[in-house]
Amino acid sequence: MDLAKHWRLRHARYRLEGQRNRLTGEVRFPPAPPRPGEAEDVWEPYVLSGRGRVYSFSVVRQPPEGFEDQPPYLVALVRLDEGPMVTAQLTDCDLEQAAIDMPVEMVTRRLRDLGPTGLIVYGYKFRPIVQSGNH
Amino acid sequence: MMKPERPVGIVGYGAYIPRFRIAAREIARIWDGAGGTPVDSKSVPGPDEDTITMSIEAARNALARARIAPDRLSAVWVGSESPPYSVKPSGTLVAEALGATPWVSAADWEFACKAGSEALTAAMGMVGSGMAQYVLAIGADTAQGRPGDALEYTAAAGAAALLVGPAAEAVAVIEGTTSYVTDTPDFFRRADTAYPVHGHRFTGEPAYFNTLRSAAERLLRDLGAKPSDFTYAVFHQPNTRFPQTVARQLGFTPQQIATGLLSPKIGNAYSAAALLGLCAILDVAKPGDTIFVATYGSGAGSDAYALRVTEALPERRGRAPLTAAYLARETFVDYAVYAKRRGKLVME
Repeated sequence: MDLAKHWRLRHARYRLEGQRNRLTGEVRFPPAPPRPGEAEDVWEPYVLSGRGRVYSFSVVRQPPEGFEDQPPYLVALVRLDEGPMVTAQLTDCDLEQAAIDMPVEMVTRRLRDLGPTGLIVYGYKFRPIVQSGNH
Repeated sequence: MMKPERPVGIVGYGAYIPRFRIAAREIARIWDGAGGTPVDSKSVPGPDEDTITMSIEAARNALARARIAPDRLSAVWVGSESPPYSVKPSGTLVAEALGATPWVSAADWEFACKAGSEALTAAMGMVGSGMAQYVLAIGADTAQGRPGDALEYTAAAGAAALLVGPAAEAVAVIEGTTSYVTDTPDFFRRADTAYPVHGHRFTGEPAYFNTLRSAAERLLRDLGAKPSDFTYAVFHQPNTRFPQTVARQLGFTPQQIATGLLSPKIGNAYSAAALLGLCAILDVAKPGDTIFVATYGSGAGSDAYALRVTEALPERRGRAPLTAAYLARETFVDYAVYAKRRGKLVME
């Protein structure tokens, strides 16, 4: 059931937690071990804002195994405000609504259901921004 | 009336309503075209949404309004009758997604449609005793109704999160609460069945009306207040008519309940129903306004609260989407899509 794999990714998936370099301020996602020669603690956990723009996208009509009940659905490359690019599904977004450069925000949704005796996998998706009260 | 020695209030609040709706007349088209419908439409969760995901978004909105770092939460409590797992708490996953773990209490509360207000009352005690500075109480549900049952017209989805903290930091101070509970078989679901059933003899007057009135009248009496002392009122809203009727019985006017009455458009969001109405009121209320809240859960019980809005509210409410922003996102689906999404199609 890959329980350990899903558990290990929970911070990155649930809350878009990446890393920030204590020395340079660089932000990266997903989190990774230090590069050769880097101090063990040079990369600290850093929760990204979740705001970004669609860099590119595609409509999935022939889904991979485990996603059979979802098509058609949108998969996008999202350029996050902090710099990193992530691949994720777009949600709450009609197929004809998706556009390059569309501002999006991260939401935590169900990614997969591993069946009645399995885990429900949660993680980040992106959607068109729901404006705050100020707007 | 119950009231902690240390005054408490709502420091931040957040609503969430899925974008999908089904019109009640579309349900009537399939099952029974005759007669009126109890609401105009109801909210339907998206295929990737459940009580946990909706709780996370409502909670993020509450934290954004309060500008409280998630690791300062002492408890994250989710009240729901539709947890995604039977065994595995929703509260832990919500707390993890918020960044509140690991030094936090997390738990799930259960009491039909008032599971969320159970958590709110407990949060008052936790903060009011000084054990905690901030506690997050969430009501969230993706309610199910048997196809063709009267309940199918209203069983809806939504979430509301209330961040309870010291009164000095609050957008609305909680001036007191009552809780009225009896063992009443008006509505129940056994563990291994998909849909709940009504105990028709009890639904209505013996359950909803008597229970909610009891909690509300006691709170008014203990406060020495009368309905006209309140700017707004919100009641559990399983349909459109029940909250209108109980408001009239208690002496509240249609104007007082108009802002918090969301059920005509989104149906019955169960644990989130009255709390979403409270969020909609906080979206527009002014400092000094007073709010009367009474929840209801089958089984049966009601929690009533009296709140007073502070000077802190106007600045904080703009930091997250208003309830109206979620209400405005209306994407209607037909019964076939709804049936697929809600797992009503038997595949094998």
